[in-house]
Amino acid sequence: MDRQQNQAERLWRARLARVLHGPHAHAIFRIALPLAIILILFSPAPAQKKSSCIECHVKLEDTRLSAPAKLFDNDIHRGRGLSCNDCHGGDPNADTKESAKDPGKGYLGKPKTADIPAYCGKCHSDANLMKRFNPSLRVDQEREYYTSVHGKLLKTGEQRVATCVSCHSVHGIRAISDPLSSVYPSNVAETCSKCHGSADYMRGFGIPSDQFDKYKKSVHANAIYVKQDLSAPTCNDCHGNHGASPPGIASVANVCGTCHGRQAELFQVSPHKAAFDQRQFGECIKCHSNHFIAKPGDEMIGTGERSVCITCHTAGDKGFIAAGLMRGRIDELMGSIDKSAEILTRAERAGMEVSRPKFEMKEATDALTHARVLIHSSSTVEVDKVVAPGLAASAKGYQAGVGALAERSFRRKGLAVSLVFILFLAVLVYLKVKQIESRPTT
Amino acid sequence: MKIEAIRAWIDERLSISTLTAMAQKKEVPVHRHSIWYYFGGMTLFLFVVQVVTGILLLLYYRPSAETAFESVQFIITEVPFGWLIRSIHSWSANLLIGTLFIHMFSVFFMKAYRSPREITWVTGALLLFIFLGFGFSGYLLPWNKLAFFATKVGTDIAGVIPGVGHFMLRFLRGGDDVTGATLTRFYGFHVAVLPAITTVLLGVHALLVQLHGMSVPPGLAGKSVKKMKFVPNFLLRDLIGWILAIGVLAALAALFPWELGEKADAFASAPAGIKPEWYFLFMFETLKLVPAKILTVDGEVIAILAFSLGGMAWVLVPFFDKATTGRRRSLAFTIAGLVIVTYMVAMTVYGFVM
Repeated sequence: MDRQQNQAERLWRARLARVLHGPHAHAIFRIALPLAIILILFSPAPAQKKSSCIECHVKLEDTRLSAPAKLFDNDIHRGRGLSCNDCHGGDPNADTKESAKDPGKGYLGKPKTADIPAYCGKCHSDANLMKRFNPSLRVDQEREYYTSVHGKLLKTGEQRVATCVSCHSVHGIRAISDPLSSVYPSNVAETCSKCHGSADYMRGFGIPSDQFDKYKKSVHANAIYVKQDLSAPTCNDCHGNHGASPPGIASVANVCGTCHGRQAELFQVSPHKAAFDQRQFGECIKCHSNHFIAKPGDEMIGTGERSVCITCHTAGDKGFIAAGLMRGRIDELMGSIDKSAEILTRAERAGMEVSRPKFEMKEATDALTHARVLIHSSSTVEVDKVVAPGLAASAKGYQAGVGALAERSFRRKGLAVSLVFILFLAVLVYLKVKQIESRPTT
Repeated sequence: MKIEAIRAWIDERLSISTLTAMAQKKEVPVHRHSIWYYFGGMTLFLFVVQVVTGILLLLYYRPSAETAFESVQFIITEVPFGWLIRSIHSWSANLLIGTLFIHMFSVFFMKAYRSPREITWVTGALLLFIFLGFGFSGYLLPWNKLAFFATKVGTDIAGVIPGVGHFMLRFLRGGDDVTGATLTRFYGFHVAVLPAITTVLLGVHALLVQLHGMSVPPGLAGKSVKKMKFVPNFLLRDLIGWILAIGVLAALAALFPWELGEKADAFASAPAGIKPEWYFLFMFETLKLVPAKILTVDGEVIAILAFSLGGMAWVLVPFFDKATTGRRRSLAFTIAGLVIVTYMVAMTVYGFVM
C-alpha cells in the first residue's frame, strides 16, 4: 500500500516538474496565474456552515415550525455566527431528523417558559463569553429578572408572565438600537401593552390594563412619538426593564427624579414630603398622576378649579393660602413678561433695534421657568426669590421697549421738522435760480 | 481791505481766479434731455455722503468677527444719532448705485461716449465696478447672518471662474472659508483700496468732464442749442437736487431704519431664500436659471464668463461703436442697450417676485 502511494506521489511530482519546466511553462504562468488570481478575488464568499435544522424547517408547511427558521434570517445571533444548535443543542450536520434531534447529541428542544431565563442566561450571564461579542453588554439580566414581578411570579409557577422572549421576541431578535426591534425606545410601550393592555390577559393579576391608553395621551408619549425624542421616558425608564416592578410609594420621587432631579430634590425638603408619607400618597403621582402625565401648566397650582392643590387643601388653610400666593406671583411674572414682549415686538416691527433687550428678557423667562420648578418646594419665599429678579428683568425690557417707541416718535418728529427746513431751503434755492434766470442776459 | 489782501495772497499761490474764470465760462446745453445731466452730479453728491457718513462710522466700527456686529449694534443703539448715520450710509449706498446706473445708461443712450469722450466713459464704467465692489464689501461689514451667507455665495461664484477662480476665492476670503479674515480683508478693500482707486478714477473722470464739457445727443450735434451757465445756474439746480436727496435719505432713515439682523454664525444653516443686494440680483437669477451643463461645459462657468466678457465689452463700448460719430448714431448699439436694460430690469423684478 505504502509502495503504491510512493509511486503515485513520484508520478505526480514528475508531471508537475514537466508543467513548470516544460516548453509551455511560460504560457502557463502568463495565462493561468492571472486567471487564478481573478478567480480567487471574484469567487463567491464561502458558504455558511451547514444547518440541517434551517434546511428542513424552512420547507415545513406548518408555519408554527417553519416560522422560526425564516425569522432567524434577521436575528442578531445569526449575525454573530450562532445557529439553532447553540441554543437548542442537537447536530446541525446530521441529515436525518432523528440524528439531528438526538438527545445524546445534547438536543434540548423548545424550552419550557420557566426555563427561558436560564436558557438565555446560559450565555448572557457569562461575562467571559459575552465579552467576545460585546464587552460593554451587561450580564446581570437574568439575576435582575428574578427581582422583577415577572421573575418572582415565574418562580411561583405562574406561566402567564413575561420572560426574555416575551419582550425581545424569539428567533427574530434584533439589537435594541434597531428601530424594528420590539424593545427599541419607541416600541417598548406597545410591546409591554401586548400583555398589560389586555384586560382578559391581566385578569387575576389585580392591576389595571389601561396604562398604555393613558400613556399615549401623556407628555412623555408626545415627546417620544411626536417629537421623536428617544430619550423621553417609556415603560422601562420608570419601571426598570429586566427588573420591572412598580415603584413603591416611597421611591416614586426617586424614579421621577432620575430626569426631574431639581423637582425631586425640592419635594424631598418640602413640607409635603412628610405629609405625603404619612398619608401614603405616591409623591409626584399624587399631583401629576402616573401613566397619563399631562403637560404641566400654571393652572395646576393655586386655588382655581383646575388646581391640584385644592384636592387636599381647603379655603383658609396654610397650604391653600401658599398655593394662591405662589400662583399669584407666577401670574404676575408671566403677565409682566407678556407685556414687555408685546412692546418690544411692536418696537421691532417699527424698525427699532431691540435685539439686546429681547435677549436680556431671557433672564425673566428663565426666572419664570425656575419659579415653576420652585413651587415643588411649596415655599412662597423660595418662589419670591426668583420672581423678584425676574420682574426686575422684565421691567427693564419693558422700559427698553418704551424707550425704543419714544425714540421712534422722536425720529418722526425730527424728520418732520427737518423736512420742513429742507423743503424751505430747496424752495429758497429754486427762487434764487428763478431770480437769476429772470435777469436779462447781457 | 484785509479780505482783499488775503484773497490776493491765496490767488497768487493757487490761481483761484483762473479757476473761477474757467467756471464762469463753463456752460451746459439746454434741451429736452438735459434732465439726465443731473444724475452725474447726484451720484457724486451721494458719494460725498458716503464718505462723510463712512468716516463717522469708522469712529466706532471695529472690524473683527468678534466685535463687528456688536460695534454696529452699539452705533445704532447707543451712539447719539448713530442710527441716522448708519441708516443714511446704507440707504445712500443703494441710491448711489441706482443713480449711477441711470447716469451710465443715459450717457450710453445719448451716445455721450463718442469721440473725444472715450476715456471719460471708460473711467465711468470702471467706477461702476468699483462701486459694486464697495457694495459687496460693505454688505459684509455688519457681520450679520444674511451678509455672511450672501458673501459665501458671492465668493463661491468668483471661485467658479476657470483658471483663476480658486485663487480669487482664496484671495477674497483670506482662506478657504468666509471667516473673520474675510471680514478684515473686506474692511481693507472698503475703506482703503477701493477709495484710493475711486479717488484716481473719479479725479480723471471729473477732469475730463470739465475738459470736454457736456456732450449733446447726436440729433442735436451741430445745431444751435440753448445754453445755461454752469455757475451759478446749473450748480444751483444741482443743489436743489442735493437738498432734496438729503430729505429723501432722512425720511428713509427715520421711517425705514436699515435692519441689523442676527449676528453671523458659521455653524448655523443658511437662511431660506437668501438673495444678494438688488444690484447683483439679475446676475444671481441668471446663474440660478442657467442649465447645469451646456455642451459638456458647466452652465455656471459659461454664464460667469459671459458676464465677465460682457462687462469688459461694456467698458470698451466707445471703441466698438464706430458707427456713432458726430450726428450719426448706431441703431445696433441702441437696441443692444435696450435689450440689456430690459433684461436687467426683468431679472431683478423676477428675483424679487420669486
